[in-house]
Amino acid sequence: MLLIPRNALSWGRRLHYRLMRRRTVISGAGPISALGVGLDAHWDAMCSGRSGLRPMTTFDPQWYPCHVAGELDAGAFKVRSIVPKSYRKAVKVMCRDVELAIGAAAEAIMHANLQTPGVDHERGYPIKSERLGCHIGSGLIAADVNELTTAFVSSRGDDGEVDLRAWGTTGMENLTPLWLLKYLPNMLACHVTIVHDCRGPSNTITCAESSSALSLGESMRVIERGAADACLTGGAESKLNPLNYYRQFCAGRLAEARGLEPDDVVRPFASDALGTALGEGGGLLVLEDLEHCTQRGGTPLAEVLGYAATQSPDHDGLGATAEDIAAAMTLALDSAGVDPSGVDAIVPFGCGIPAIDAAEAEAIQTVFGDRASDIELVLTVPFTGNCNAGNGTIQLAVATRCLQAQSLPARMNTGTLTGDLKAGPCDARDAALQTMLVLSASQGGQNTAVLLGRTG
Amino acid sequence: MSKRSRIVVTGAGWVTPMGHDLESVWTRLLAGETDVATIDRFDASTFPTTFASQVRNYDWTGFVDDAALHGHPGKHTQFALGAARQAWDASGLGDVSTLNRHRIGIYLGAGEGVLDFTSYQRASLAAWQEDAGVVDTVQWGDAASRFLDGIGEVEQEPNMPASHISREFGLRGPVYNCLTACAASTQAIGEAASIIQRGDADVMVSGGTHTMLHVLGVTGFNRLTAMSTRNDSPTTASRPFSRSRDGFVMGEGSGIIVMETLEHAEARGANILGEIRGFGSTADAYRITDMHPEGRGPGDAISQALEHAGIDPESRLDDGRPPVQYISAHGTSTSENDSIETRAVKRVFGDLAPEIPMTSIKSMMGHLICAAGAVEFITCLMILRDHVIPPTINLQDPDPELDLDYVPNVKREAQVDTCLSNSFGFGGQNDTLVVSRF
Repeated sequence: MLLIPRNALSWGRRLHYRLMRRRTVISGAGPISALGVGLDAHWDAMCSGRSGLRPMTTFDPQWYPCHVAGELDAGAFKVRSIVPKSYRKAVKVMCRDVELAIGAAAEAIMHANLQTPGVDHERGYPIKSERLGCHIGSGLIAADVNELTTAFVSSRGDDGEVDLRAWGTTGMENLTPLWLLKYLPNMLACHVTIVHDCRGPSNTITCAESSSALSLGESMRVIERGAADACLTGGAESKLNPLNYYRQFCAGRLAEARGLEPDDVVRPFASDALGTALGEGGGLLVLEDLEHCTQRGGTPLAEVLGYAATQSPDHDGLGATAEDIAAAMTLALDSAGVDPSGVDAIVPFGCGIPAIDAAEAEAIQTVFGDRASDIELVLTVPFTGNCNAGNGTIQLAVATRCLQAQSLPARMNTGTLTGDLKAGPCDARDAALQTMLVLSASQGGQNTAVLLGRTG
Repeated sequence: MSKRSRIVVTGAGWVTPMGHDLESVWTRLLAGETDVATIDRFDASTFPTTFASQVRNYDWTGFVDDAALHGHPGKHTQFALGAARQAWDASGLGDVSTLNRHRIGIYLGAGEGVLDFTSYQRASLAAWQEDAGVVDTVQWGDAASRFLDGIGEVEQEPNMPASHISREFGLRGPVYNCLTACAASTQAIGEAASIIQRGDADVMVSGGTHTMLHVLGVTGFNRLTAMSTRNDSPTTASRPFSRSRDGFVMGEGSGIIVMETLEHAEARGANILGEIRGFGSTADAYRITDMHPEGRGPGDAISQALEHAGIDPESRLDDGRPPVQYISAHGTSTSENDSIETRAVKRVFGDLAPEIPMTSIKSMMGHLICAAGAVEFITCLMILRDHVIPPTINLQDPDPELDLDYVPNVKREAQVDTCLSNSFGFGGQNDTLVVSRF
C-alpha cells in the first residue's frame, strides 16, 4: 500500500516522495510549565539557573513524601484569555490538562508564525485545514475529587457509603451532562483541533513520559507519508491532583523530600537521588515539512534527523532497561546516518528516580563509550518537575533553542555525582552544537530517542 | 510498488462478550446471536441503563505462559493478553528468541483501566468535610492508602496492556498506545501498518482493548444520554439503522492482530489472512459532542483510505461488482451516527453505495469502545475468508431516511474480496481501513 493521498499531491511531488523521504523540521515551539509560557520564558529561567519548583499549592500534599511541584503562576496563564471568543463557553468543560494544551497550541502556532483561525481571524491562512494534523500525548486524567464526592454525598446509604440504587436514580444527576468529556485523554487534541481547525490526522498517544516523543514520531511519519504538511505535536499533563499524585506515590516515583528546599529535591544521576518531583505542563511544537516551511516563509528551527522507539519488556513499573534505551539511541542515530561521535549534547529524561537514571546512564555509556563522560547534558526536570506526558516536549523545545542559540543552559543538581556523566551544576555557556539527542524512558517501558540537527 | 511495501495480517484473536475464541464467536455472529443482558458486575438496577454486553467466564491466566509474570493486571490488560495470545499463536511466529526483537513492535488503541469505585468512594467520603463542602486532601491521602490498592492504581494506565504484551512475548520494538475513544483501535492498526512501511519494524502486534463497564463509565455515558435505555428488552436494544434506535449498547473486550511485511510473511511461509491496503484518518474539528452534520470528517477518512488503496469508489470492477463489497459500519445505533455515516458512505460511493452491503456487528456484540474497531476489522478478515456477511440484527423497522443495504437480520453469502472498516470517535477522530483478500 502506498500511504500517500494521491489527489492531494502533484505528480512531481509524488515522484519526489517515492524517491526520498520528506524532511521534517520544528518550526515553532510552545512549551508551558512552571517556568512560564513559551520558549523565551523557559530559556531565560534555565540560563539563569532559576527553578520553577516550589512548595505545592494546588492541594495540600503533606501526606505525601514530596511537597514540591512545578506549578504555573496563576497570574501568568489564563485559558479564557487564549481561546477565541466564540469558544469561551467550552472553557468550563476543560480539565487542567486541556487548558495546558490550549495554551501551548496558541504559543506554538504564533511562534511558528503559522496563522490559524484560533489565533488570527483576519489574515489568510498559510496552510489548509486538511493538511494540518495534531498529535498530543496525554495521561490518565483524574476526575475532580470534590465534584465526584459532592455527588457521592448525595447518595450515601445507612452505612455511610454510596448506595448505588440512590446513585442511579438521583446521585449521578449531580454530575453535569458533559462530565465524562472533561476527562477523556483525547479531549486535549479534540479542543485544540477545534480551536485551530486542524482537520488532518489527529491522535492521542498515552504512553506516560514517552508520549511527547512518540507523538513527534507519529507526526513525522504522517508528514513523511504525505498525509499532512504540518502537525501540532507534543503533550501536556498535570498529575497535581490527589488521585494521580497517589498513583505516582504508589508507583514509587515521588522523591522523599520532607524537610528539603525545592531546589534540592530532584538530583538526576546522583548517588543520593531521591526520586522525582512532578510538574504540570508540557507543550506543543509545530512539526513541518521542510519545503512547506520555507515556501510559506517560516523558519526551520531544528531538523528531526533521526527517531526511534523501543520497549523495555522487563519493566516492573519503575524499571527501564539500559539495553533497550541504548537500542533506541543507536537506531535513531542509524536512521540519521550519524555516528555517536557526531552527537554534541544530550537531553536525557534525567528525572531523579535512581533506577531510571541508572539505566539511562548505562545506556549513554554503552553507546558513547569513552566519550560518555565528556558529552554535555541538559537537564530539564530540576527546573520544571517531571511533566509526564508533556515532559518530552519541554526537552525537545529546549534542545531546539540550544541549537539556535549555540549555547547550553545552566544545570541544577545538588546531588552527589560519581563523575561518570556531565550532570553536575554549571552555568549557561556557549557551545558549538550541530546535533542534540533527546531521550525518554516511560513508566510502562516505552523508550524514545530523537536526534535534532541544526538548521541554517 | 515494491513487495516490501505490502502489509499483510497473519494472526488474529479476540476476547468478546460473545466468546473468547475466533471461530466460535464468528459462528455466533453469522447466526445473528447476542448476549446483551442485565449488568451483573455491579448493581445498576436503578441506572437509566441497566444492561450491557459483558465478557463472561473469562480467565486470562489460561492465555499466558506464567501468570505470575504479570502480577495483578487490570481488566483491559486481561482482555488484551487473551486476544494477543490467540493472534500470536495463529501467526506462527512462536519463540521470539530467534528473531530481532527490536524489529517487533506493538501499537494498541487501549482504553484506560477500571477505577476501583468501591474503594474510591470510601476514601473520598472518609475525607469529606461536610461544612466546607470539599475533600480534605491530607485525610484523603491517608484514606486512599487504607482503601486503594497501589498496584491496582498503577495498572489502570492506558499503556499497561501494551506493556504486558511486550513482557509476555519479549517484544522490544516501537510501542505505542493511542486513546482516541471509539476510533482508537482502527487508528492503531492503520498507524502500525505505517510504522512497518516506514521501515521501523518488521512485525507489529496491533488492535485494542477496553472496558467502561463500571459505575463511572456507565454513569458518564448515561449523563451524555448516548446509551440505549431500552431496559425492558436488552437483546433488541442495539438496533443500528432502525427508526427506533435510541443509543448504543455498551460492550467490552479486545481484538488483536499480528501484521508484517509480505516479504517477512512469505519468507516464513505464514498463513495470510488479508492485506491492509489503505488507511484514512481525519479530525472533524467541529464540536466536542457532535459530528459534523454533513459527515465531513468521516467522508474524508473513507475517501483517503480508498485513495491509499488505489480504489476509485465510483467505478465497477470488470465483473460488475462495486470496488468494495462490504463495509463494516461504525453503526453505533445512535440517531446521529447512523444517519451521518450513511450520508458519508453515499457521498463517497455515489450510485454504487446501495449495492454495497454495510452491517454493524454492534447490533450483536454491543460497542467495545476503544476495542470496537479491531474486533470489526477481524470480522472483515473472516468475511474475506468465508465469503459470508454477518447480519445487522434487530433491524425490524428500517429508518426510511437510511436506504443502504444493511443486510437485515439474516446473514448473506457473497463474494467479498475487499472490505472497508469505519470507526468514528467522540472528539472527532475518524479512521477507515481497507483490507483485501490476499
